[in-house]
Amino acid sequence: MDWRRMRIVGGVEYLGGLTLLARETARSAATSAWDWGDILYQLDLLGVQSFTIVLITAVFMGMVLALQTAYALSAFGAKLYVGGVVALSMTRELAPVLISLMVGGRVGAGITAEIGSMKVTEQIDALRALGANPVKKLVIPRLVAFVLALPVLVLLANALGILGGYFISSFSLQISGRFYITQVFKLLKFSDLISGMGKTVFFAAFITLIGCYNGMNAKGGADGVGRATTDTVVLSSIVVLISDFFLTKLFLAI
Amino acid sequence: MEAFLEYRHIHKRFGDNHVLDGVSLTVMRGETMVILGGSGTGKSVLLKLTIGLLESDKGHILVEGNDVTSAREAEWMEVRKHVSYMFQWGALFDSMSVYDNVAFPLRERKLCDEAGVEGRVMEKLSLVGLEAAKDLSPSDLSGGMRKRVALARSIVMEPRCILYDEPTSGLDPITSDSINRLIKRMQSVLGVTSVVVTHDIQSMFRVADRVAFLHKGKMAFVGTPEEARSADHPMLRGFIEGREPNESES
Repeated sequence: MDWRRMRIVGGVEYLGGLTLLARETARSAATSAWDWGDILYQLDLLGVQSFTIVLITAVFMGMVLALQTAYALSAFGAKLYVGGVVALSMTRELAPVLISLMVGGRVGAGITAEIGSMKVTEQIDALRALGANPVKKLVIPRLVAFVLALPVLVLLANALGILGGYFISSFSLQISGRFYITQVFKLLKFSDLISGMGKTVFFAAFITLIGCYNGMNAKGGADGVGRATTDTVVLSSIVVLISDFFLTKLFLAI
Repeated sequence: MEAFLEYRHIHKRFGDNHVLDGVSLTVMRGETMVILGGSGTGKSVLLKLTIGLLESDKGHILVEGNDVTSAREAEWMEVRKHVSYMFQWGALFDSMSVYDNVAFPLRERKLCDEAGVEGRVMEKLSLVGLEAAKDLSPSDLSGGMRKRVALARSIVMEPRCILYDEPTSGLDPITSDSINRLIKRMQSVLGVTSVVVTHDIQSMFRVADRVAFLHKGKMAFVGTPEEARSADHPMLRGFIEGREPNESES
C-alpha cells in the first residue's frame, strides 16, 4: 500500500534526521566552548521550575505505593516491610520513569514550542545567516542542562516518595516511623540509586533531542508548531517507556 | 564593473514543485538588483540559496567569483560575513532586546570587545533612526520598526552585499518610503551590492538599478526599470500595471 510505504519512508527519514542531529550535537559539544550562561538559564527553566511537578508526583506516588504494597504484603503477614519495598520500587523504577514522563512532557513540549516558533518565524535561519550554529546555540544548552537536572530531580523524587510512604505508614498503617526508615536503609543499596538515576541520563538526552528535532523541523504556522509539540510529548513518552526496558536489562547486567 | 553574484542555471524543487527551473542572473558589484515575481515563484528561495540557507539541486552560484554551490557550512560562514540577509518579517530574536539583536553577529563572531560592539550597534541604530528603541523588546515594535532593526542587524557587520526579502511588505506607504530611502542610503554611503526581492512596484522604481522578473521558474526579463516599463512580457506588464494579464497574453 502506498500510504504504508510513505509512513515507513517517513519513519526512516525521521530516525535518520534525529541520528544526524545527535551526531552534530556530539560533534559540536566536543569541539566548541559551552555557553555556561545559557546552560544555567536552561537549568533554571527545565530543572528548578519543574520542582513542583516532581514534588506532587513523587509524594503522592510514594503514598499510593505504600497503601498498595501494604495491601499486597498483608496477605503474607509482611505489612511491616512496606518501607523497603517502597524504597526499592521508587528508586529502581517508579521515580525514574514517572518523573521522566511527567517532567519530560513539560520540558519536551516547551522545547519544541519554543524552537518551533523560532523555526516558523525564520529565527533559526537568522541564527545561521548571522554566523551562529543553531545546534550550539539551541540544542547543547538544553541537552546539558536537562541531562544534569533530570537525575537530580529523580534523586529528590526518591526522597520525597519515600517520605510520602513514611506518612502513610505512620498515620494510616500504624507502622512505627523508625521501623519504616530502618527497613528503607536495610534494603536500599547505592547501586539501586545509581541504576535508577543512570537511566534518566539517557531519558533526558532522548527527550531533549526529540524536542529540539521536532522544533527545528516544524512547518507552517501555529498549527505546525502545535502538531510538532504533540508529537514530541507522544514520541518522547514512548521512547522513555521502550528504552526503559533495555536500559533496565543493561543496568541489571552491569 | 565586475560581477558580485552569479547564478548559473539554478534548479530547485520542493517535492513535485519545480520552483526554480534553470535560473541564470548576474548581479554586478555596487548595483541594486530588484527581483520581481508573483507569490511562490521562488524569489526568496533564490536569496536563501545565495547564503546557503537552502541547497540548490543543480546549477552553480558564484559569490565574488568563488563557486560556493557545494560549500560546507564553515565556508558558508565566510560567505555570510560579507553577504547579509534581511528577513521578510525581520526574524528578530524574541528573547533579546533591540540592542542585543543588533549586537548578536558581532558578539557571535567575537570581532570586537564590548565597547567596540556598543559603538557599532549605536552607529547602526542611529542610521535607521532607532537609538531610542535600543532597550525595547521586538514584541514592543511596530512592523516598520522591526524591519529597520532587522536592517541595522544586517548591516552591523558592514557587509559587501545585502539580500532584502520583501523589505516593504505589510508597511504603510510612508514607512515603505523610509525603508526605500535606507536601501538607497546603504548603496550610496556603504557602497553595498543589493538584491531586493519585492512585490512592491513603487519600491522597485525607487531603488532599482536593474530589474529581473522571475516567472515560471525562469528569469523572464532582466533590464533597467525603464526597460521594464516598456517591456512587452505580458505578465511583467500586468505586474507593473497592477492588473491580471488576459489569457491570450499569459
